[in-house]
Amino acid sequence: MELLMVLLVGILYSAGIFMMLRRSMVKLLLGLLLLGNGANILIFLTGGLTKGKAPLIDERQKTFVDAYADPVPQALILTAIDISFALTSFAIILLKKVYETTGSDDLDSLNIQDLDI
Amino acid sequence: MITNFILAPILAHMVTAILLLFFWQRVKAQKIISIIGNLVAFLLCVRLFYATQQHGYLIVQAGNWEAPFGIIFVSDTFSSIMVLRTAVVSLAVGIYSTAALNLSRIMYGYFFIFHLLVMGLLGAFLTGDLFNLYVWFEVVIISSFVLLTLGGKKMQMEGAIKYVTLNMLASMIFLTAIGILYGITGTLNMADLAVKIDAVENKGLVSVTGLLFFAGFGIKSAVFPLYFWLPSSYHTPPSAIAAIFGGLLTKMGIYALIRMFTLIFQPDEFTKTVFIIVAIMTLVTGALGSINKRSIRRLLSYLIVCHIGYLVAGIGIYTEIALMGVIFYLIHDVIVKSNLLMMTGIIQKIRETIDMTRLGGLYKDYPKLSVVIAVAMFSLVGIPPLSGFWPKIQFFGEALKTGHYILLAAIIFASFVTLFVMAKMWSEVFWKESPKPLTEETDRFVQLPFMEKAALVLPVTFLSFVSLYIGLSAGDIYELAQKTAVELMNPNLYIDAVLNGNYGND
Repeated sequence: MELLMVLLVGILYSAGIFMMLRRSMVKLLLGLLLLGNGANILIFLTGGLTKGKAPLIDERQKTFVDAYADPVPQALILTAIDISFALTSFAIILLKKVYETTGSDDLDSLNIQDLDI
Repeated sequence: MITNFILAPILAHMVTAILLLFFWQRVKAQKIISIIGNLVAFLLCVRLFYATQQHGYLIVQAGNWEAPFGIIFVSDTFSSIMVLRTAVVSLAVGIYSTAALNLSRIMYGYFFIFHLLVMGLLGAFLTGDLFNLYVWFEVVIISSFVLLTLGGKKMQMEGAIKYVTLNMLASMIFLTAIGILYGITGTLNMADLAVKIDAVENKGLVSVTGLLFFAGFGIKSAVFPLYFWLPSSYHTPPSAIAAIFGGLLTKMGIYALIRMFTLIFQPDEFTKTVFIIVAIMTLVTGALGSINKRSIRRLLSYLIVCHIGYLVAGIGIYTEIALMGVIFYLIHDVIVKSNLLMMTGIIQKIRETIDMTRLGGLYKDYPKLSVVIAVAMFSLVGIPPLSGFWPKIQFFGEALKTGHYILLAAIIFASFVTLFVMAKMWSEVFWKESPKPLTEETDRFVQLPFMEKAALVLPVTFLSFVSLYIGLSAGDIYELAQKTAVELMNPNLYIDAVLNGNYGND
């Protein structure tokens, strides 16, 4: 299971960075999305995968005796998903607006203003 | 001391932002509420600063979950300095914005976003939890995205794409680093991390994580070779917004760098070398970029990059005196950069352009204003006894003492170029005869009503006086910086305060 997740994280990161390096704005957006998901799964993975052990404590006991799933990474991921959702929706609107003002999907066409000093 | 008061400045900005929502599209009400909110927050920040000076570490534990289990907020000397200068700049920029921005921006929520952004900055400076720091960073960048694109001109949109993409990428790198760090230590509390990171056996992974943090914060604070988004986006928004960005945003990355690399990752020789090389390249490339610029805003953008190099160099040298220099420079730089960017807005109002070749004769028309601007310009250069002089001496001395001769050369080069471009700007904008005959109609500044003129000039004068104060009473700031540097060099004080409850002089 771990190996599968490691491969998945690797694929998501590399695909994300590859997409970000393309010239098209839509691909840039997809790249950011993939990277975000890759980061989330990475947190999940490094937090340790534990199968079927809920982090609930027995009434009679004070501490955990058995291995249990760590709830913190899941809380982190939940927060990170919310944040990347907000950022992505902003980025989509921004890219749409840029497309409307420049009339082009090509990121290289945005560099004209850097030529004047 | 455990006190809920730490949260007061953050809450003040949050309440102001919420109040502003009730007065949507009512320009006058927005302005008044914003100024009052800023004033209240400023007073609270001053109070927080003095409380931290008196009682040592101030701590609040959310929901009474004791550290390291709950999220905590910590105010030590370093945090409280950052909070205080943020308050000074946000007060000045807030007042300036009431007159400098056009009505449509204010109507569509400029002040609302402005207060959220300052709230995020204060939160980032005060938190003691790594993931919480990430969340505050996101609050800040999403607000900055909105501020940068508000208005939606073509140029702004183009700058925004680069800014948004690279900042989102930086957040992803930051998040990745947090994930790995949690995996190897099992905690997110910064003090607890500092303790547990020593016990990690896989030192290689620790170094890699450290460098991931460096890359993430490096993009945000615009160091070589990650700074390219800054000069191509900072000149696009109106000057009030650029003043917040230039003064406060990049310094947030530097704050996080100093915090991480003094508390959690004690830099080894390799990390120090990386910092020094990055600092040299940042100083040289930033300086070279600023030489040939004709637009004042672009010139200042490159100087922002260039001067980040001093700060990174100070962290790279990593001695007590070098860190003192960093703290001193942070205090001085924020005030001066914001001030200069606001002045650019006034110059634009007076002459309708910020192209240096088309400007001129400002000293003849506005002698008093020119003197105020000169104070800021020559503070930036560091002509003694103005404020930029003192930290630079410390950088020179430490680079020489520790034998970093190339770094010393780069620091001297960057200082020299700063002097050159500021002198050029002074002679081109203020002393030279105006290239084209002026008519009264082009000067929009003269036509403004008295209140608006005051709102433009007062904050600028205020910040100039603050930088004069920093320069002339350097002894006080020196002591403060020394106290901070001692605390930073002895992370055990911080750890002891957070985990064991020894708050220092209580």
